[in-house]
Amino acid sequence: MAFEPKIVAFLCNWCSYAGADLAGVSRIQYPPNIRPIRIMCTGRMDPVYILKAFAEGADGVLVAGCHPGDCHYVTGNYKAERRVKVMMEILEDLGIERERLMLRWISASEGERFAQTVKEFVERIKKLGPNPLKIKKNE
Amino acid sequence: MSNKEEPRIGVYVCHCGVNIAGVVDVKEVAEYAKKLKNVVLAKDYKYMCSEPGQNLIKEDIKEHNLNRIVVAACSPRMHEPTFRAAAEEAGLNPFLVEMANIREHDSWVHMSDPKAATEKAKELVRMTVARARLLEPQEKPKVKVKKSALVVGGGVAGIQAALDLADMGFKVYLVEKEPTIGGVMARLDKTFPTMDCAACILTPKMVDVARHKNIELITYAEVKEVDGYIGNFRVKIEKKPRYVREDKCTGCGLCSEACPIEVPNEFDLGLGVRKAIYVPFPQAVPLVYTIDRDHCVGCGMCAAVCGPEAIDYDQEPEIIEIEVGTIIVATGFKIFDARKVEEYGYGRHANVINALEFERLINASGPTGGKLLRPSDGREPKRIAFIQCVGSRDEKFNKYCSRVCCMYAIKNARLYKEKHPEAEVYIFYMDIRAFGKGYEEFYKRAQDEYGIKFIRGKPAEIKEDPETKNLIVRVENTFLGKTIELEFDLVVLSVGLEPSEDSDKIAKLFKLSRSADGFFLEAHPKLKPVDTHTEGVFLAGCCQGPKDIPDSVAQGSAAAARAAIPMSKGEVEVEPIVAYVNEELCIGCRLCERTCDFGAVTIENRKAKVNPALCKGCGACAGACPTGAMQVRHFKDEQIFAMIEALFNEKKELKEEYVKAEEKR
Repeated sequence: MAFEPKIVAFLCNWCSYAGADLAGVSRIQYPPNIRPIRIMCTGRMDPVYILKAFAEGADGVLVAGCHPGDCHYVTGNYKAERRVKVMMEILEDLGIERERLMLRWISASEGERFAQTVKEFVERIKKLGPNPLKIKKNE
Repeated sequence: MSNKEEPRIGVYVCHCGVNIAGVVDVKEVAEYAKKLKNVVLAKDYKYMCSEPGQNLIKEDIKEHNLNRIVVAACSPRMHEPTFRAAAEEAGLNPFLVEMANIREHDSWVHMSDPKAATEKAKELVRMTVARARLLEPQEKPKVKVKKSALVVGGGVAGIQAALDLADMGFKVYLVEKEPTIGGVMARLDKTFPTMDCAACILTPKMVDVARHKNIELITYAEVKEVDGYIGNFRVKIEKKPRYVREDKCTGCGLCSEACPIEVPNEFDLGLGVRKAIYVPFPQAVPLVYTIDRDHCVGCGMCAAVCGPEAIDYDQEPEIIEIEVGTIIVATGFKIFDARKVEEYGYGRHANVINALEFERLINASGPTGGKLLRPSDGREPKRIAFIQCVGSRDEKFNKYCSRVCCMYAIKNARLYKEKHPEAEVYIFYMDIRAFGKGYEEFYKRAQDEYGIKFIRGKPAEIKEDPETKNLIVRVENTFLGKTIELEFDLVVLSVGLEPSEDSDKIAKLFKLSRSADGFFLEAHPKLKPVDTHTEGVFLAGCCQGPKDIPDSVAQGSAAAARAAIPMSKGEVEVEPIVAYVNEELCIGCRLCERTCDFGAVTIENRKAKVNPALCKGCGACAGACPTGAMQVRHFKDEQIFAMIEALFNEKKELKEEYVKAEEKR
């Protein structure tokens, strides 16, 4: 069977979760590989969430929040950006390609962009193959 | 209910007619849910949000002693309040309800893959059940709502909203950035489809605003800072210096007569002139003069003739601080800059003007006294062309329809024909959109009785005759399939409506989202058209999207009615989603304090402390906390971990009998 990645998506309530809703309302189709988890702000995202997702077996993690300057809570998205950048380094050290972690700004009106992001990310993860930690665990 | 109590979960899978059930096998999802630990029952139903659907939940809560509810249906942004209310009516704390979004995030986006959509729905339910187990009851704190409102923008929408709220007995602060209220409507000549004169119907309302005892009008001012939340917003307004004292000026105008400086009048889009001390137009409200210090030479002539001694060259900007319960944003629009459409030559060809300039030129109080004279030679044009959809319905500029241009062009064409029946008037259009009450009839009369020529085609180019300054319009008549060239004395571009220049700033001030077209986003396009995602902040008029005067007024009234609800009640419930500290884990590292944008976290005795009144619940502090001491109610680490674990460890989630059955297989 072809590899179907499983991707955890942390979506902020105000922009990106709403953007995902709009993709739905507009019936914009995208691959069924993501499992969204709603948080109020990407700033809430403890870097441990990303580690946890990969440790449990996620093939990719998407973090999506409001565009710079548009954060409902002023600067939560900037905090997320910094944390994601640090996490990319740490993931590399753990043998997980940094490309498996993606950060995108998606506003409440960007249903199309949300769908496009998922398509692009799923393609990317398919090329990378399954989460290397998962392969190790199964060996 | 105590936290120690064993979770008893009810799962409800909604068909949403065929919206979900047409793609996702809802019965299979419900059957699957029954296998999950702590799930007492799982049901599917046609419309969970309907009354029978809600009753199903309420009855089950009582009969089966359920203490957690999972509804797999639409987005929680849609119906979470519905199901929370239902649970509350059955005596269950509303925060023990959780939704799995299997419509917007599933059935609607995987329509051609029912199998994968069903699998995804099962996993989303599994994750949601795992989270539901760990939910805790929350109490919604109540806050008092100040019985005063801020209306930002004094166009017709803002005026209507301010008057309605003031008539209901609420204190209203109406802030306008220009020296006068009236907005764009004050610049228009007649209005479609009834041909009322804009000033005749608007200026009495403007006067009502000035006279109303409940309205405090703050003109020539801008909102600088907004703090707080619904019921208790603190707003800082900067009033620019007019250099004329509002309390002394009588509006007599002697100063303006005496002033030796003439500059183009912005109100007439620069077509007419004003003095350096001026009112934008004679019916300005408040009727107080303003000195334009960029052009004033300081000769003192105005001060010399001013009887009440109102001139004050030393005036400073003034900061006004107010507290309000609700806010209505009615900040309007700007017109599309036609220079961007280079092939039409606006800005290069003297006799190509935009529609707002046309309004000023045919307006009796405009710079030409209502006589339309073309800019190049002051002659009255005999042949006029109106070109539609300039900057609208155009992939290069704005994709949307500006909704008013068809009607205002037809109105302006009719107005000119009324004064000059011999004139030849053409309208070049893609489609005529005459959708309002009485609009189609208005359009029909323009064709049948006025002899206005409608040509279907978007002009490709406008050339200017260098001698006569006449204009040659090249266009394909799409009905005949023929390209034609026609000569005109004047071309009027029907420019579309765009978000105002300040909209970036305003969006940030009031925490508003924007739609793809840049206008402010309403909370729901159909059901909450004037609400925003910021509680207590409402929208009215063209800042939300292009609309005509009747719609702007209707929205002004609608926003006033919506804003009145919390103010009439006197108190509202606010979200209890705030941060809190587990002191045993806190090491006093101060990361949370540094992370918080709202000053809600302080350190006392080397332990973090959260002020719930200041906390907005974003969770940035919790995200930064290295020990897990800082948590956010309803979004605790363990609640989020549970979702991740449930996604990847199906076995751990299933009741034992099903694990064994699975293993046997």
